[in-house]
Amino acid sequence: MINKPTKRHYHKNCQRLLGSLSEYVDGELDEELCSVLEHHLEDCEDCRIVVDTLRRTVNLYHKTAENDVISPDIRQRLYKTLNIEDYLEK
Amino acid sequence: MSDDENKVAAEGFSLAALQAGDPEEFSKLVNAYSNNIYRLAIKMLNQQEDAEDVLQETFIKAYRGLKSFDGRSKLSTWLFRIATNEALMVIRRKHPEFVSIDEPIDTEEGEQEPIQIVDWCCLPEEELLSEESRERLDEAVQMLPEKLKVVFLLRDINDLSTHETAEVLGLTDTAVKTRLSRARLRLREELSSYFADRTAELREAQADGSPNNNQEEPIEHAPSLIKEKQDDK
Repeated sequence: MINKPTKRHYHKNCQRLLGSLSEYVDGELDEELCSVLEHHLEDCEDCRIVVDTLRRTVNLYHKTAENDVISPDIRQRLYKTLNIEDYLEK
Repeated sequence: MSDDENKVAAEGFSLAALQAGDPEEFSKLVNAYSNNIYRLAIKMLNQQEDAEDVLQETFIKAYRGLKSFDGRSKLSTWLFRIATNEALMVIRRKHPEFVSIDEPIDTEEGEQEPIQIVDWCCLPEEELLSEESRERLDEAVQMLPEKLKVVFLLRDINDLSTHETAEVLGLTDTAVKTRLSRARLRLREELSSYFADRTAELREAQADGSPNNNQEEPIEHAPSLIKEKQDDK
């Protein structure tokens, strides 16, 4: 759906749940708090957006890290320093 | 085989060979973890030369320390601990005002109340992972306070578990969870501010391309929220 103009409504309720969102996107939130949160999300569009964008944020960082490898010249200097050049890319 | 040797074997290494100084076994260890160690160092230090020094120093220290490696943690956790300490030493040398990561976090690093409430999840993947976006992702990490950054890097960039991260940093599991949560919320805020603009631009481009469209209203609130946030600074 298209976003409605959102008032900065962050209620006490949302504020209280804020600290549990990170564990929630990891699927590690304990059962009781999880059901409180999911119940809240049913009625709170703002929190749903925060949860979705938080999940996407974590996911984007995971994706960028996957392709992040050291360059061959740094690797070569490391192996040389450690005196294990013979085993480079073996 | 002792428990410690079993633990090391589970990671795919022979502790006996490593402790005997077998170069082939040691090169396996270097090969397995050098990417991760460098990734941690470059993102902590944001400077290639320093990161490369930390990478080399970590494995030099590991080679020397293997004989007394007590096997209470995984080899990877042990390596990350050496690397984190090395990187923190560089930071302290360059910024003596830097505070210790094992101090309790103060209110300055408290929960970031969400200001950016814009749904940018629907942006196409090539947009989210474009070169420009990646730069913004990196910049957002650099803006994190050190205490939150290192937890985020170990957990989300190097894929350590909560408990492994706690072991590396000498923190409790709860402290790791709290810091990770705060780091992620801050990053979400930064990325939302950037991707909200991109979402609005994309919408405008789509609207221009189709006259007569009577679409639902564009997300005009996004720029105003961004302004509000900048004013807060």
